[in-house]
Amino acid sequence: MKSETEQIREIPKIDTVSDTREILAHAREQARKRNYQDYVIVDVDSHHTESATWKEVVECIEDPVIRSEAKDYHDRVASPAYGLNDPIAFQQEVGGRIAHQTGWEEPIEGTDVSRDVVKVRRAMESMGIDYMIVFPTRMLHLGMHPQTRLEALLARAYNRWLVDRVLKEDERIKSMLYLPFSEPDAALRIIEEFTGEPGVIGFMVTSVRNRPVHHNQYIPIYAALEERGMPLAFHGGYSWYEPSVMQLDRFISMHSMAFVLWNLMHMINLVVNGIPERFPTLKFLWIESGLAWVPFLMQRLDNEYMMRTSEAPLLQRRPSEYIRDMFFSSQPLERTNLKALELTCEMIQAETQLLYASDWPHWDFDLPSTIFDLPFLSEQAKRNILGESALKLFNLERPEGKVIPNDDRT
Amino acid sequence: MAELFAGNVAEFDDGECRVIAGGGYEIGVYRLGEAFIAYENRCPHQGGPVCQGKIIRKVEEVLADDKTSRGLTYSGDRIHIVCPWHGYEFDMRTGIHPGDGSVRLRGFEVEVRNGEVYVQV
Repeated sequence: MKSETEQIREIPKIDTVSDTREILAHAREQARKRNYQDYVIVDVDSHHTESATWKEVVECIEDPVIRSEAKDYHDRVASPAYGLNDPIAFQQEVGGRIAHQTGWEEPIEGTDVSRDVVKVRRAMESMGIDYMIVFPTRMLHLGMHPQTRLEALLARAYNRWLVDRVLKEDERIKSMLYLPFSEPDAALRIIEEFTGEPGVIGFMVTSVRNRPVHHNQYIPIYAALEERGMPLAFHGGYSWYEPSVMQLDRFISMHSMAFVLWNLMHMINLVVNGIPERFPTLKFLWIESGLAWVPFLMQRLDNEYMMRTSEAPLLQRRPSEYIRDMFFSSQPLERTNLKALELTCEMIQAETQLLYASDWPHWDFDLPSTIFDLPFLSEQAKRNILGESALKLFNLERPEGKVIPNDDRT
Repeated sequence: MAELFAGNVAEFDDGECRVIAGGGYEIGVYRLGEAFIAYENRCPHQGGPVCQGKIIRKVEEVLADDKTSRGLTYSGDRIHIVCPWHGYEFDMRTGIHPGDGSVRLRGFEVEVRNGEVYVQV
């Protein structure tokens, strides 16, 4: 056979020291082919690894005794991050199959900004993103810490560090700051003091906690957020310590259910107790539970509400109508049944209420193409979900534009 | 038809892969004994660089004769390609996902001539 031999080059394997830009080379290719420079893309949920710079965070602890204790702890060989409670098995990397998760040590040298800023920039530029909202990782479990005062101290220290070391460095990086919901007074103080700081576009409750979010102690928090026009996010997570969850023996089982469980709980309490009626302009955003749980809850609550309206007397409408007014992040988007997903998008009013999220760099991250390629969305719906709705919700300035690097390696 | 020179046979370790780029393609070339297999370096899930990930034997669950579980083990002969983005796995011989036969990698013909490995594209 006569053939023409092309010049080739070899591409390296991806491992735990790979550069973000190498790992996401195909994401850049997608961005080029889909002309993301013509779209506003806001990623409303990505993560950084705060435990990697935790020694800097504990320097910001207000309490001098706890600060000293944390620094002493870190001086000991192989000490883990002070105060971050272990979520038991951190098996997100699927038995070592995914390198860009636990133990990912991407080299970052010669920079005058935090490594987190460098990593976020690399990810944004690879995926074609204009604004990236970053959240912590291991702190997602902190709501279960038995020392509630420690949650409050660490939350405040982390927020201070995040604003000063990350958010001030790049206008494209934003965050919804951690609220220590186990200490409502401390959470309120954070809202009062951090609203208006650079890059702060709302506040976030880590969902994994067993305190009822409709309790009267939280009413001043909802009032403060509504008054300031600050959205409130509930960020999903898991705990394998929860008694009912402990019967699940594999990570897939636990993660499939637990990442939704607490958001289900909090959504039910908020809606049935009429929090949206009491604070009609407060914007709620539900993060990282995917979407499939929402139609389930809408149907279940509506069905029971019609028989038991006396137990939810503050409601003026069906529960599903309050849920439809809330916002949802897209990841992890359940795409294995597109008919079900299309109906879900219709039920939650995705065209105005759904916000694209990557969850990068976690194992189940979604690229913008998971939205862009959906066959049933109108062009306007795509644009809204990818970024236009987030611009409105967070009152973000329209970005000036971006350049997608042209580094085709073939 | 064009072809890509993937390397000399001796450069391929058994059960391992070289990922090459050229002619508008990214292709992973695998050696299994004397056989060579090539797939596009693109996962059907989200387009990840599937051939740049780990190679790992298929995980199996051991059942006793009474069907009680005796834990997990690695397959003796089934080898999987793992996409490093999300962990999607594919049988190295067939390119097929073990949980859904309709999800598969795009394969290419490979020809070995005079100790050299060529991929037909």
